[in-house]
Amino acid sequence: MAEPFLIGENMTGGYGAADILHGCTLAVEKGQIAVIVGPNGAGKSTAMKAVFGMLKLRAGHVRLDGEDITALSPQARVAKGMAFVPQTHNIFTSMTVEENLEMGAFLRRDDIRGTMEQVYGLFPILKQKRRQPAGELSGGQRQQVAVGRALMTQPKVLMLDEPTAGVSPIVMDELFDRIIEVARTGISILMVEQNARQALMIADRGYVLVQGANRFTDTGPALMADPEVRRSFLGG
Amino acid sequence: MDILNALVAFLNFVFVPGLAYGAQLALGALGVTLIYGILRFSNFAHGDTMAFGTMVTILGTWGLQAAGVSAGPLPTALLALPLGIAVTAALVLGTDRAVYRFYRRQKAAPTILVIVSLGVMFVMNGIVRFIIGVEEIGFTDGERFLITAGDFRNMTGLSEGLAIRTTQAITVVTAVIVVAALFWFLNRTRTGKSMRAFSDNEDLALLSGINPERVVAVTWILAAALATTAGVLYGLDKSFKAFTYFQLLLPIFASAIVGGLGSPIGAIAGGFVIAFSEVTVTYAWKKVATYLLPDALAPDGLVQLMSTDYKFAVSFAILIIVLLFMPTGLFKGKSV
Amino acid sequence: MNRNLLLFAFVALLFIATGMLQSWNSALGILNMALISAIMALGVNMQWGYAGLFNVGVMGFVALGGLAVVLTAAQPVPGAFAAGGWAILGALALAAATLAAAVAIWRRMRAGWTRTLTLLAVLIGGFFAFRALFDPAVAAIEAINPALTGNIGGLGLPVLLAWPAGGLLAAIAAWAIGKTALGLRSDYLAIATLGIAEIIIAVMKNEDWLARGVKNMISLPRPVPYEVDLQRSAAFVSWAQGWGFDPVTASAIVVKLCYAALFVAVLAIIITLSELALRSPWGRMMRAIRDNEVAAAAMGKNVTRRHLQIFVLGAAVIGIAGAMMTTLDSQLTPGTYNPLRFTFLVWVMVIVGGSGSNWGAVLGGFLIWWLWVMVEPIGLAVMGAVTAGMADGSWLKVHLQDSAAHMRLLTMGLILLIVLRFSPRGLIPGR
Repeated sequence: MAEPFLIGENMTGGYGAADILHGCTLAVEKGQIAVIVGPNGAGKSTAMKAVFGMLKLRAGHVRLDGEDITALSPQARVAKGMAFVPQTHNIFTSMTVEENLEMGAFLRRDDIRGTMEQVYGLFPILKQKRRQPAGELSGGQRQQVAVGRALMTQPKVLMLDEPTAGVSPIVMDELFDRIIEVARTGISILMVEQNARQALMIADRGYVLVQGANRFTDTGPALMADPEVRRSFLGG
Repeated sequence: MDILNALVAFLNFVFVPGLAYGAQLALGALGVTLIYGILRFSNFAHGDTMAFGTMVTILGTWGLQAAGVSAGPLPTALLALPLGIAVTAALVLGTDRAVYRFYRRQKAAPTILVIVSLGVMFVMNGIVRFIIGVEEIGFTDGERFLITAGDFRNMTGLSEGLAIRTTQAITVVTAVIVVAALFWFLNRTRTGKSMRAFSDNEDLALLSGINPERVVAVTWILAAALATTAGVLYGLDKSFKAFTYFQLLLPIFASAIVGGLGSPIGAIAGGFVIAFSEVTVTYAWKKVATYLLPDALAPDGLVQLMSTDYKFAVSFAILIIVLLFMPTGLFKGKSV
Repeated sequence: MNRNLLLFAFVALLFIATGMLQSWNSALGILNMALISAIMALGVNMQWGYAGLFNVGVMGFVALGGLAVVLTAAQPVPGAFAAGGWAILGALALAAATLAAAVAIWRRMRAGWTRTLTLLAVLIGGFFAFRALFDPAVAAIEAINPALTGNIGGLGLPVLLAWPAGGLLAAIAAWAIGKTALGLRSDYLAIATLGIAEIIIAVMKNEDWLARGVKNMISLPRPVPYEVDLQRSAAFVSWAQGWGFDPVTASAIVVKLCYAALFVAVLAIIITLSELALRSPWGRMMRAIRDNEVAAAAMGKNVTRRHLQIFVLGAAVIGIAGAMMTTLDSQLTPGTYNPLRFTFLVWVMVIVGGSGSNWGAVLGGFLIWWLWVMVEPIGLAVMGAVTAGMADGSWLKVHLQDSAAHMRLLTMGLILLIVLRFSPRGLIPGR
């Protein structure tokens, strides 16, 4: 089997002396969606941050398209084609929607209007509100701005940390649809989700993390069908 | 009742001086607020940065005067201003490299940075005293008045005169130009927008590939330009004295906080709020009141709410009231 | 502990060297101010080191201590109190009552136009009533023998009583400031205290009825004998000559030693009390609050109240030092209070000494005061050496030599920056 497009392999590390991750492995293929689920405190967000280089690894490697990027800073990974949407504080509240998108494209020196139109095509509401400060938008719209900002770098991998936290179920479905759409354009998606059932439904690959280590790994539907996963992590 | 004369007296003694002073405070407060927004600490060395920039400009002015260069009716200092800004920018960039960067890398608490800025304040104050001394220095030249009180009386036939000093006019015009340029920069250019982004959400700015060191450097340069301009305008309007500039810290901080620390538009509003309050509260209203009231009611006192020496108390009182009732200021600054 | 003893020994050596190389008289002069500085640093250290309160209004409390000396120990001015004293006290009480009423209105009434209007009416009415009562009283007092007095005069009490009085006055002011400003963020508190200090100085400069403003109060009473009296005393002269001293020099030194003894006593009392306090459960609680306000509040500690307590205590200590300083000078000169000298220099002492450590504050007080005094002659010597090769009368030589006096601020700033960078916890780190 060829190596996945992005892989964080046997990652071990944490913020302080104690490790949070213990040999955790995450991977995503080109144009696919990988979802990380698990109980609170399982190290889901930490694993994401480790893949993005926001955490020092004591062991393990991160490779993007075959290249070892373990030593790169998050900024350098952005330049390599990775984009990250944090769970909170993921927009510039005092700046307009359009300026948020411009800042997403800060590293690009070419014409960004085409990408901006693509983002507006994906999230039409943002085009209407493009002159409004992003902080004045609703929760769902803010998440759209956050995803849009990340897409402005024309990334190859989009990483989302709980993109549906705090939004209503209708908005959540809408957001998942958009994420599938993004994946269809060939962008790999790696995301952490609290809403495990809905997320696994759209997942090409699902990871169930417990205490910083992989417990189950399979396709989304297969995990949904696994009785043990259902009982322990999906509430029956 | 003599409304016209009362109005002219009001304009002459309250409005025009207040406008000029407000513009000076606004420029000073803009520098403080930019530093706060990007570097996230209250820079106590700002008053002394103003003094340093003004000092360099004065030295440049003397040089130009000695060389026989002048700006005609305008003060020569305006020609020396770019030199002042350049040297001050070099100084603050050097200070950032030698002092502040270390603490930024450590992610030191804001209070530590404030104490560090006290040290920088001492050093800058020492440099200014060392080079130019502690005496009061007037360095304005050119035409003194745009309109003198006498001309105005002859023109209008009113008994009250309205004098507008050249320095007051220059202050307001320069301030308008500088503020317009600053807002254009912050809202329309890539670098300006990246500064706003950095101030708004540092982590996300880093994720977007914005280079923090570059943002910080641009901020220092802007702060140096604003401080020098504010200092030179204040010095032209009044006079230069190292210690007075240190004392300007209080009204400048009051302006920035009243407007909302981190908010440029707030800094400008705050500057005028503080300046007009100071002037109104410490002005003796006897003249205006005499024009407005019938003779029988004419006041025998000065009708002065507070003696001029208490102007600090005015900025301070407004500061406290705003902090207690509107902690983020008039224009919602940051309250980190 | 050995290292700390060495540090103190080193500072002692500096003073002894000054005495041997320069004169014992000037060494003792520096020592006396160093003792006072150490007490000021102790006060600031209580607020900053124990509780993390960022007070840059030290100058204001120092000045209030000085004012207390005038009000307690100066000779009474005959007739002044009758002329306007009661009216002024009444006016001040009225002002306080107006503010209290305004606060009550703000708290009790419901928000709306009625409240705003009532509040404005009370404040404006109160202000004019205050001025109506206050202005004539001030005029009456200032009219009494303006060339010599023109102020309300003191109580004529022994000057040693003025020291606790200075602490009390500063404590009262600190309570009022703390009540309004202590809830604020640290840099707002800094600006607020900076402002208050400027206002206190402005009041002392301009309210001539209080302590003659910039006309200064001179010849304040002293707790120690006068030099001239000693020189006239046959017993003293023969004692001095018996030891082979010149009576004039001996009298100056003896007077300074008396002061030093008094100051050492005060310093000893304050540092003993602070050390006891720091080790008591109260001190542990203060440190807990400093290190983690949220956790301490969650444990049921009333953080704001504790902060107010320590702010008032620290200010009282600074006020005592201020009173001692005015007593040492036997004059009150509001025009000479300068925040660089009385606020920021004390901060340098605390940071260099070691925040949170009482002994550190004392060491910082001695060391930095010695440097503050000695930088000027050292600077002059350096400049002399630098300019030695230049032609006499060249403008650069004259300028450099004149500017040597300004080396002080530069040096203090550099010391502060270097200590913050390379030894941020100071010479004697606190716990």
